[in-house]
Amino acid sequence: MAGDATKTLSNDVLWGGGRSPFSISYGKMMMWFFLVSDALTFSGLLVAYGFVRHSTMEAWPIGEEVFRALPGLSGSYPLIYVALMTAILIFSSVTMVLAVEAGHRMDKKGVIKWMFLTVIGGAFFVGSQAWEWSHFIHGGGGYITTADGSKYWVHNDTHDTHDPANAPGFHLTVAKPGHYLIPAEGSQPLDPAASLKLWNERVNYVDGANMTRNEYGPPQYANFFFFITGFHGFHVFSGVVINIIVLIMAIQGVFHRRGHYEMIEKAGLYWHFVDLVWVFVFTFFYLL
Amino acid sequence: MERDDIIEYSLDAHHSEEDGRKIRRKIWMVTGLLAVVTAIEVVVGAYWKEWFPGAWTAVKWAFVFLTLVKATYIVMTFMHLGDERRNIRAIILLPYALFILYLLWIALMESNFVHWSWATMQ
Repeated sequence: MAGDATKTLSNDVLWGGGRSPFSISYGKMMMWFFLVSDALTFSGLLVAYGFVRHSTMEAWPIGEEVFRALPGLSGSYPLIYVALMTAILIFSSVTMVLAVEAGHRMDKKGVIKWMFLTVIGGAFFVGSQAWEWSHFIHGGGGYITTADGSKYWVHNDTHDTHDPANAPGFHLTVAKPGHYLIPAEGSQPLDPAASLKLWNERVNYVDGANMTRNEYGPPQYANFFFFITGFHGFHVFSGVVINIIVLIMAIQGVFHRRGHYEMIEKAGLYWHFVDLVWVFVFTFFYLL
Repeated sequence: MERDDIIEYSLDAHHSEEDGRKIRRKIWMVTGLLAVVTAIEVVVGAYWKEWFPGAWTAVKWAFVFLTLVKATYIVMTFMHLGDERRNIRAIILLPYALFILYLLWIALMESNFVHWSWATMQ
């Protein structure tokens, strides 16, 4: 058990009581305590998601069916976009830890370079999330239900959801229960005349996603998507702001005059935590 | 704008060039590992139905295991918790583990019961 007695500490680093209880600086320890409480919040959200998903009787959407689009491309790329976002965030976590390492060598230029790349990575991630939210809210065409309760996916060439029946290439497909945008087994796309007839007889048209209903599955699915990725996204945003402030302080030489770059380490702890949360969101929201 | 009213309690805030090289090598190794694990997760997530039909339970637990591997490397290497003293490590990890294991257990029990109740009503 390594306590404070095994290491000679200079008086500058002792706490107010004249000791350094854990051989860790006060600021870092408080950052860790904050992160533990924040981790409990995120765990609560993910457990609540698991609870709803586990207890519901309705078919729950499948991640690789809902998230399979890439900006500017048509076709199916299951989870590729989310994987790119994950890669961006891990990359920016790496540049952050390299900034901390440079700070330990009092390498001001290195700190500035790696902190700058960390800020860029974080900004890319927030931007990616904005695109994903927009795509999730607009959806892939939506579905109609008819009086007998049958569900049909709506397709057209321009992804028009305001007046889909008059858009070129409009047709319906018989929905496979519980599978987003996948036609029922053995069914062909309905011809335009039959599609238009069913469209005019619809009792309900759901397209995209909002807080009360969405085309992917139960309302709770979109609610948890907005809350969990939104709460995480706001953490990323505030992390980018903190990183920009720390970067400016590093450029001004504040830490160099202070004699150590511990502020980079504390900002880094927060930034790695954001990455850590995303690892869990990626698994429990998108993969499982 | 130098302030002298902020007391800084900085420990282990410096290392030599030689240590730096070792630390950087470790950072890049962990980076490679995280990238490979994420790539495996994405590929298996997209193609498990073709490759391991009917093995969803095994795939699911493999994802959970790989996630914990990634989390361990991020916390222990990137957040340097592996380099801290055993006391501070325990103070951070044990209370969290205690609360979350309890929460997971109670949530699984309750959600099973709610599901069962719905199923019985129908």
